[in-house]
Amino acid sequence: MFKSIENRLSKPTEAAPLAVFRILFGFVMLVSLIRFSAYGWIEKLYILPQMHFTYYGFHWVKPLGNYSYLLFFVCTVSTVFVMLGYKYRLASIFFFLSFTYIELIDKTTYLNHYYFISLLSFLLIFLPANTYYSLDAKKNENVRFQYIPQWNIWVIMLLLGIVYFYSGLAKINSEWMLKAMPLKIWLPSKYNFPLLGDLFQKEWIAYAFSWSGMIYDLSIVFLLLWRNTRTLAFIVVVFFHLLTSALFPIGMFPYIMILSTLIFFDSSFHHKFLSRLSFLFRINKSLFDNGALKHRKKNFPQQVKGFMLISFFAINILFPFRYLLYPGELFWTEEGYRFSWRVMLMEKTGYAQFKVLDKDSGKQFYINNTDYLTAFQEKQMSTQPDFMLQYAQYLNKELSSQGQSNLAIYVDSYVALNGMGSKVYINPELDLLTVEDSFEHKNWIRNFED
Amino acid sequence: MLVIKSSFLSKALVLIPVFLFSISCTESDEEPMPVTDDFDRELMLINWVDNIIIPSYKNYVLKLEGFRSKALTFSQSPEASGLTELRMAWLDAYIAWQRVSMFEIGKAEAITIRNFTNIFPTDVSGIESSIDDGNYNLELPSKNDEQGFPALDYLINGSGVDDYAIVKTFANNDAYGKYVNDVLDRMYGMATAVVTDWEGGYKTSFVNNSGSSGTSSVDKVINDYLFYYEKYLRAGKIGIPAGVFSSSPIPGSAEAIYHKGASKKLFLAGLEAVQDFFNGKAFDSSSTANSLKAYLEYLETQKDGQDLTELINNQFNSARTFAEGLDDDFSTQVSTDNIKMLTTYDQLQKVVVLLKVDMLQALNVQVDFVDADGD
Repeated sequence: MFKSIENRLSKPTEAAPLAVFRILFGFVMLVSLIRFSAYGWIEKLYILPQMHFTYYGFHWVKPLGNYSYLLFFVCTVSTVFVMLGYKYRLASIFFFLSFTYIELIDKTTYLNHYYFISLLSFLLIFLPANTYYSLDAKKNENVRFQYIPQWNIWVIMLLLGIVYFYSGLAKINSEWMLKAMPLKIWLPSKYNFPLLGDLFQKEWIAYAFSWSGMIYDLSIVFLLLWRNTRTLAFIVVVFFHLLTSALFPIGMFPYIMILSTLIFFDSSFHHKFLSRLSFLFRINKSLFDNGALKHRKKNFPQQVKGFMLISFFAINILFPFRYLLYPGELFWTEEGYRFSWRVMLMEKTGYAQFKVLDKDSGKQFYINNTDYLTAFQEKQMSTQPDFMLQYAQYLNKELSSQGQSNLAIYVDSYVALNGMGSKVYINPELDLLTVEDSFEHKNWIRNFED
Repeated sequence: MLVIKSSFLSKALVLIPVFLFSISCTESDEEPMPVTDDFDRELMLINWVDNIIIPSYKNYVLKLEGFRSKALTFSQSPEASGLTELRMAWLDAYIAWQRVSMFEIGKAEAITIRNFTNIFPTDVSGIESSIDDGNYNLELPSKNDEQGFPALDYLINGSGVDDYAIVKTFANNDAYGKYVNDVLDRMYGMATAVVTDWEGGYKTSFVNNSGSSGTSSVDKVINDYLFYYEKYLRAGKIGIPAGVFSSSPIPGSAEAIYHKGASKKLFLAGLEAVQDFFNGKAFDSSSTANSLKAYLEYLETQKDGQDLTELINNQFNSARTFAEGLDDDFSTQVSTDNIKMLTTYDQLQKVVVLLKVDMLQALNVQVDFVDADGD
């Protein structure tokens, strides 16, 4: 049995789908990065803020100030190299590292789809996406292969499958399904949406959207895998993502997903696509149709690679379930919330005011958050405990450098979840400077039920 | 309440037929209902402009006109009786200002009218040297704490030890009267520019921008409103003098410190304006409709089993009750009994949570519109 799995994994298949995937991925990343800098977000998100909220364990990641532009430049150039398949291995490593570094600078900007891009670009480092229709393959006959082992395509499908299926699983909760939250809050405010605006006012439409979204996420990969439903499934993919794109400010994500799902199509589709491209750019496509097969070598580096990929997927399959290890309500505490494909799952609004007590004099005062944080940072901070803790520590450092010592910092915080009315969020009696962040349960978050 | 970890899937699967059934039911019931169940944001915008913003601004302009003529008279012949009238006109206009300060949108935002009208504490030495020098440009942002009501407060209430000395200041040096008139001309010019703009094309584009994006008029006004409430009403008038942000009270940072009896009046006028805006109360009439309150009522927003609108109004009222117990002059209040001031601040703070967390979530308005992607 093990043998048959291995045979199926290494079965030769056309490299064209992977080449198309590489080209489209490089292209859409290029567009994303140009869009990002054109909106002035490099300065706004990575240069202007006085402090940055780093991820636990990644506090060594530092903002680069004006060198952020250089970082983005490197990232942008690497997308072009990836797209062209030129010095592909190096370019994909550069892209993964630069993109991931950018994301690690500040968790304020965390988005599931940025995480997806980091994972995908990590995966791409190990895939022979440059053996076909690339500058590398054009220049060097030794890396030119029309056929590659099947698993190289499957791993991308698997990653996409995880993203969709897990975001579907995340929607199976009472708020989403029984109360149609948060869509019941979001949809009515889109009352001036063309044609559908009036419909969005109806309660049942929020339920219909919630349920069909859940069913879509859980089933779409299977429908894409099955030849008979594939075309229809892709039409649904396009419709679903374009609709969400029109409704919510989710940037490039819909386009990334639409283009990514093309990997499910037969190689004939990808050959057609590349023929068009060849006609457009006068590229000799037949050069790559050499019938050569990239054989899997059974040497030590390959074994390491295999082991890494298996670990990669094992982690990806298990990691989203870590929330089960925490007590309390996941949406409230957000312990184990990130990196788990929980997309558009809740509406959370918060307000946090920090009180500083000088323990020596007994005097106290409140912090004006806008003195230290950008509006975006304050917004994210006010609903997430790990942000609050980091902010309190930052305030202590700042105030200490101004000569104030022996301080205690408390937070008056209120959070409203899914329209349920604001409640006290963090224990207001707790001096935040007495706690350290860790993966342990934060027992200073007030219980949601109280 | 959110049962995420229980074996929800099984329950959910059972519910699918129930759900499909309920859809088909609602659909068949839908037929006779007219499609009028969405709250009309455009009507709310029209109410804000026609019944609140423009009338309040016109009233402010009117009061400034009165103030200007008193100032002209006084500068031409400085006398004690003229000074008393001038002060009354100053207070009238200052109170009228409290009803428009929150609407820093459109022209008001473009010319940053608030920064040139009510920045306190005022820069006394800057004013004195400007008067001495006689050569000043009030349009410079660096001069914003040498003009507006706080500067006039100093000039007509604090430029001498008593009324006799103040009259003498103006009588001995024409430059004082000229400065007062120049400051007033500037304030009047800005206020009329804002009114002209509203009555020109701005009203139409404001009302037409009735969508629900972060840059729509509703979202912008609400954000401006909350910003004003938090920063200028809560912090500026109460919190900062009470030392909420600074570990000890700062009496000199209260509003109208030279008048020594106006800060409570000004604060109460501001609080009333903010509450009236929430309720959509028309200027000089009691009609309330098409307001944030009506919007929340339409959405039937509740908190702990109580109407959110009721909670908000109760909390506004409670803050007012506490504020009414304060000294007429807040710099006196923070120096004698700051606890009362801090208690008032706490009451104001509770409104922030209700407005900024509960109301915004119900209305799906993004606080501090952030131009970035979400997921």
